[in-house]
This record gives sequence, structure tokens and C-alpha cells, in this order.
Amino acid sequence: MDKRLKRILPRVQKPARYTGGEYNQILKNRDEVELRLAFCFPDTYEIGMSNLGLSILYHTMNSLDFVWCERVFAPWGDMYDEMKQAGIPLYALESGDPVSEFDSVAFSIGYEMAYTTVLDMLDMAGIPLRSEDRPNLLPLIWAGGTAGVNAEPMAPFMDLFVIGEGEEMNNELLTLLRQAKREGWSKRDFLRAAAQIGGVYVPSLYEVSYLEDGNIASVTPKDGAPEKVTKRIISNLDAVPFPTSPIVPSTEVVHDRVSLELFRGCVRGCRFCQAGHVYRPIRAKKKETLVRQGIEALKNTGYQELTLLSLSTSDYRELPALCDGLLEYCEERSIGLSLPSLRADNFSMEIMQRLQKVRKSGLTFAVEGGSQRLRDCINKNVTEEDLLHTCSIAFAGGWNNVKLYYMLGLPTETDEDILGIAEMANQVLHCWRLNAKNKNRGVKITVSTSCFIPKPHSPFQWEAQISLEEYMRRVNLLRGAITAKNVVYNWHDAQTSLIEAVLSKGDRRVADAIELVFRRGGRLDAWTDYFSFERWMQAFSDCGIDPAFYANREIPTDAVLPWDHIDVGVRKAHLLRERERAYRAELSPDCRKQCSACGAAKLLTEGRCDG
Amino acid sequence: MDKLRLRFEKTGRAVYISHLDLMATMQRAFARAGLELKYSEGFNPHPLISILLPLSVGTASRCELMDFRLREDAELSTLPERLTAVLPEGIRVLEAYESERKSALLKWLEIEGTLEYDHGAPEIGQLEAFFNQGEIVIEKKTKRGIGQADIRPAIRSIRFEPAGEDIRLHAVISAQEPTLNPDLLPSALRQLCPDLAPDFAEFTRLETYDAGMRIYR
Ligand code: SF4
Repeated sequence: MDKRLKRILPRVQKPARYTGGEYNQILKNRDEVELRLAFCFPDTYEIGMSNLGLSILYHTMNSLDFVWCERVFAPWGDMYDEMKQAGIPLYALESGDPVSEFDSVAFSIGYEMAYTTVLDMLDMAGIPLRSEDRPNLLPLIWAGGTAGVNAEPMAPFMDLFVIGEGEEMNNELLTLLRQAKREGWSKRDFLRAAAQIGGVYVPSLYEVSYLEDGNIASVTPKDGAPEKVTKRIISNLDAVPFPTSPIVPSTEVVHDRVSLELFRGCVRGCRFCQAGHVYRPIRAKKKETLVRQGIEALKNTGYQELTLLSLSTSDYRELPALCDGLLEYCEERSIGLSLPSLRADNFSMEIMQRLQKVRKSGLTFAVEGGSQRLRDCINKNVTEEDLLHTCSIAFAGGWNNVKLYYMLGLPTETDEDILGIAEMANQVLHCWRLNAKNKNRGVKITVSTSCFIPKPHSPFQWEAQISLEEYMRRVNLLRGAITAKNVVYNWHDAQTSLIEAVLSKGDRRVADAIELVFRRGGRLDAWTDYFSFERWMQAFSDCGIDPAFYANREIPTDAVLPWDHIDVGVRKAHLLRERERAYRAELSPDCRKQCSACGAAKLLTEGRCDG
Repeated sequence: MDKLRLRFEKTGRAVYISHLDLMATMQRAFARAGLELKYSEGFNPHPLISILLPLSVGTASRCELMDFRLREDAELSTLPERLTAVLPEGIRVLEAYESERKSALLKWLEIEGTLEYDHGAPEIGQLEAFFNQGEIVIEKKTKRGIGQADIRPAIRSIRFEPAGEDIRLHAVISAQEPTLNPDLLPSALRQLCPDLAPDFAEFTRLETYDAGMRIYR
């Protein structure tokens, strides 16, 4: 270990997150691999090591014997300061080698607020930030992850993006990179060839021009790059490798447990939800596969908890049978099974009651909208009746803590809808009075609101975000209406939501502001400890960028959107139709009832959409 | 099986695993090895394992001891290999055995350390003279804030030798009642004789002894 590092580590908080050496890490001989890849997660170790996507791709990329893929995370502030002071560059955990020595650096970007951290990590590695300032093929800098569905704000920094699921695509890319390295290709030749791999987006091969009103005039591909880059998916999830020997961190992380992914995609089609649209089509894993992978992973990690992940767990067709299969193994070993993202319906409650290990403390419901009309508008299929019924079972069963999540600022929201939130909380309280088994323990109902962020590739992508002032007005309206003493109201501040809206809907011009924020010390912006609203606003203003243009403006439906050349499967016409239905407060059937031909099924190379 | 004891090493990158994290790591390693730990009864069952002398982050050890119980009998001689195979880099199980000896009987620890000096090491004699004084009263953090303590009685023996640019330390210090954290040795120098203080120090526990300086197992 580096002598300077040795001196620093005893001084920083939780040093084990900076050392590597965990059980199941993958070590290779650096002299025997042809490509060394630094796989960077632009957030802390604790967050990154809890990310299933990272774990999956770490294993699939390392399955190539010519590649050694190592992990890199962003140091927390104390470690960051110490590293800067001691002149230690960013290093990879497995080998401890500086990232600057690697052939390629890949970022997994799951959220926009990580953008400054991406730049910071490049800088800590001593790598020039902008693609145009890196004339050589190596190191090749690329990124993937959900943020890639609108890659434009980060376009100038990346040599390329991979759009969609990476299990196959990343390995195709790395295979091409090996050839290019062997044969000494220029960066330009490599990028041209890479653009022919399905799902690979090379921003420098797309010319963007703007209209006088600020909208985009056109995006023109060149050098044979495809008109539209189509998202890659894995058609058969049962056939793709899943890491049943994931790394077991030697220090506490956010999710210390085995995670199983039930399916990708979502049948619900909530109109505000980006994930529900960009992960389509719906592909489920067989329950036999899941039980086998779950048991294997529990054996190989020694974890005492297993969790079932997906956007809406209740929609997994064979959920009861799957739970039975897993419980058979888990129960006698006192291994807990947890099911986040269950819906507020009877069926889910039955499942929860079967899981003895479920803690009786907290039930969480994402209600999102305060009135039935508004919930119909956003296609969130939760009725007050459902919710109260579920609560009555829960209260009778001993639960005494309910969290209700809402968004303020959804399209068409009125003051009446907002007051409806307070009313609903009162109903839940009333329901507790009627049903609680033991009233002495009291009840706590928490109402949380956050500010709606319109997201690319969702039916609300053209919508305007409400202003900060308007958000606070609505918050105060709700505050005044919540009077019961058992009901607590928490509101998330909207400053982050505004920045997030600009970054998620931004175009290439926003890149300058991101860089400026980073230059002025911005990093780990997803953490309130580090986020500075003023720094962002100042940077926008210094770069001549009007945040309202991106966040608070309704975009005309005929405008060219910055992300129009990224095809995630769901057609724009479908999004538009959904938006129109929203204005009529018309529900769309979920995919299980009826396929609305969203377009995503065309991505499948085998099988059918499981919607 | 009750009253079992594990002796293991914690070196290399594993020295940065904290005491609490080590407990979780051990628990998972047993599960991976297919060895079921016995759990406590009651509302919130936890595995019955305890590490005799918690080790501070950054200090290595070749003589860690951990008590545990198993739900079923196991061939103890196979445990070191089975567990080491599923432990993180740097943790190696040396021995598993039945032990009735109370942890309170563990009294002395043999340690070695490296004192790093960036601008030249002092004379060995100066260091020896310092640590052989009648008393070494330093300020140290206690539960009640900053307190004064004489660490001299907790040092049974100490010697130094040059090691390249650095100085190697070899000592026998009190493990319990009172516990002397080896980090207090350089810290005493910093407080009382800054000229002799190293720029960095690291330590390794080598062996455990009882009050009569017989090896403690
Ligand atoms: S193709 Fe049909 S069933 Fe599949 S996600 Fe789209 S709307 Fe739903």
C-alpha cells in the first residue's frame, strides 16, 4: 500500500471503504490483461456498493479474460482533503493503482446530481475533462446508466455513452477497444466504429444547431453514425449472467444484503415516472432462476437478508410462489426477506403478513397526488378506498407508523388537490382510531412532499416545473391544513429539484455550467452536506444560462428535444397520447390489463413483452 | 459446541476494518463456511461471538482471539482452512480450539511497531531513556473528557532498534486493567518530548500473555 495512504487512512472516517480487499473482489494479474478498466461510481462507496447494476456489470465485464475491471468511488470530504494534500491521485480499489494508468474509465451515472462528481473524479485522476482535450484513444472515457437517456449535459466530457442495459453491449465495446489498442487505431477511427455498436452514442458524431429562440434546430449525425441511437436491452433475463458471488463489503454500506431483480420495466405507466418508461419492455425472470440465484448468493455472501428489487414488486406474477421458494430456505436460517416497493393493495398486505420478519414499524405509500382526479391525471392507480383498506389491515395487524409520499407541482394540480392531502392524512388517522389493536402505542403519520421534476422520456417531459416560490406557497397551504397532532409534515426543499430539472432536461450548453460548478468546488452534489444552490445559480448566470428556460418552461410539442435522438423504445407518439389523456384525467390501463402498444416491445429479440 | 475460541491474524488491508465491522464480517464468514453460530435467546437474537481485545483501526495483529459457539459439532481442526478461504484479504484463522480460560486472565500483549521519522530518527538511547522514566503522565481522552494518566506501569518492557530510516519498537504492554493503546506511545512523545516524536507510527500485536507471562490461549 502507498506509504502516504497508510498515514492518511487512520485519520479518516470509515477507512475500510478506501482500501479494497473485500471478500469476492476480483483480482487479476495486471501484466496478463490487455485492458484495464476503472469502473467509477460517482458517489460514495456505501452508495455504490449497494447498487445492483454496478455489481452486475463488474462481473460481466470481468468475465472477459482480457479485461480487469476495478472499482473506484468518490472519497468523502475528509478523505478528499487528505488525498489532495498528500498529492494522492484517484486510485482503484482492487490494485490500488492510479486511475490515470488505466486504458479506460467508465462511469455509472444513475442520477443527474452526480455530474459534478464525475468531473471531480476525472480531475482527481489527472485526466482532462473534455473529450476534445483528450486526443489519444486511451484512456477512453465513457458512461452509462439512467442519466444516459439524456446524455447531452455531459456530452462534451464523454467520448461515448452506452444507452440501456450493459451486460452485452459493454463487452462488445471492450472487445472493439482491445482490437483498436492492438492495432493502434486513432481515437476518431475507434469512435466511428464504436458508433456502429447498438446502443453506443458518440456525441462528437452529432452536430447540434440551435434556433434563435433557444430551442434546438437540428441534430445531425455524421460519419455514418445512426440517426437515432436505440437503447440496448437483454431480451432473456434468465440467460444473462447474474453475480451470485457479489463482493461483500467489510464495512457497513446502505444495503448490506443480497438483492434479486425480479423484472425490468414496469406495467404501470405512471405519467410522471421516467423509470417506468425507460426500462420497458417488461421482462421477468423465472421464479426458478430467482430462487436458485438467491440461495446461491446467500451461501456465497453469508448475508442475513435478501431483498426483492423491481419498480413494483407486487406486479411480479409469481410473487407468492417465489416467496414460498425463498422462505423455505430463509426461515430455518433466520434470514430475513424484504420486499420494498409493494403497492397499497390487499394482495401485498397478504404477502407482508406472511413474511414474519417484516418489521412492524413503517409502512410507506407513494400516493403522489392528493385527489382522485389528480391521481387519475398522473395515472397513479391508487384509490383512497384501497389505501384506507390496506391501512385498516395494517393497523389491526399492529403497524403504527405510516408514511405518505406526495409530489407538489404535478400538471393540473389545484389548491383543492393540495388540501386533499391533509384530508387523506386525517382519514388515515381516523382509520387508525377505528382499527388499531393497541391504541396506547400511539400512531405516527408522516406526510412528505417533494417538488415534481419533469423528466425526459416520460409523458410529462414537455411540462414546466413550478417555481420555487410557487412550491413554497403550496407547502405553506398544506402546512396550514395539517392540524392533527399525530400527523407530521416534511417537505423536501425544491432547490435541488430545480437544479435536477435543469440537468435532466438540459442540452449541451448546460455542460459549461456543470464544469464551472465543479471548478468552484462542487462535488457530491447529491448530498445536502455539499450541495450549494447559490453555486449552481451563479454558474448558470456566469455561463449565460437561464435555468427557467430548461426547468420552468413548457416545451412546445413540436420542438426538437435534446434527447430526441435517443430511442428508449417507448414512442414519442405514445408519450404525447398519454399526456393528452392526463389532461382529461383519463386512466390508461396497466399493461397487464391491456397493452397500449407503447413501442418498447420492438426492442425484444426474443420472447414477448411480459406486460 | 460451547466455549470455542478462534485465534486469527488481521494484517494488510484488513487492519482498516473496524471492530464492529469485523464482528459482522466474522458472522458472515461463518455462514459462508456453512458453520452455524449459536444465537442468543430473546427479542433481538444476535450471534454469540465476542472478540477478547478490540483492536484499534490501523493496528495489525497476529494474535486476535474470538470466542464463539456453534449450533452443531464441527471438526475444529478443519476450521482454520474453511474460514480463511471465505474471509477478506488479510484475515487468516490460525487455530480453533476449546478454551475454558476466562478472558480476564489475559494480561500482557507483546507488540512491535515502526516509528517513521521524515527528518532523521533520534538516538535509540534517547527513546529508551524517555520510556524508562519513573512515570510518564500524559493527557488522554476518557469517557469523562480529558484526563491525566501515568502510562508507565502499563509498559512492562520496551526496546528500540534502528530499521533503515525508521526505528523498530518492541514492547510488552498491559492488555487490560489498564488497557494501553499502543498509539499512546508516540502520543506520549508528542506531548512530553516532541523532538523524539515520530511522524507516523504503526503497530502489530504479536502475542498474548497471562499475568505470569505465560502464553495465553
Ligand atoms: S409493449 Fe405494451 S405491454 Fe409492453 S410495456 Fe409497452 S404498453 Fe406495456
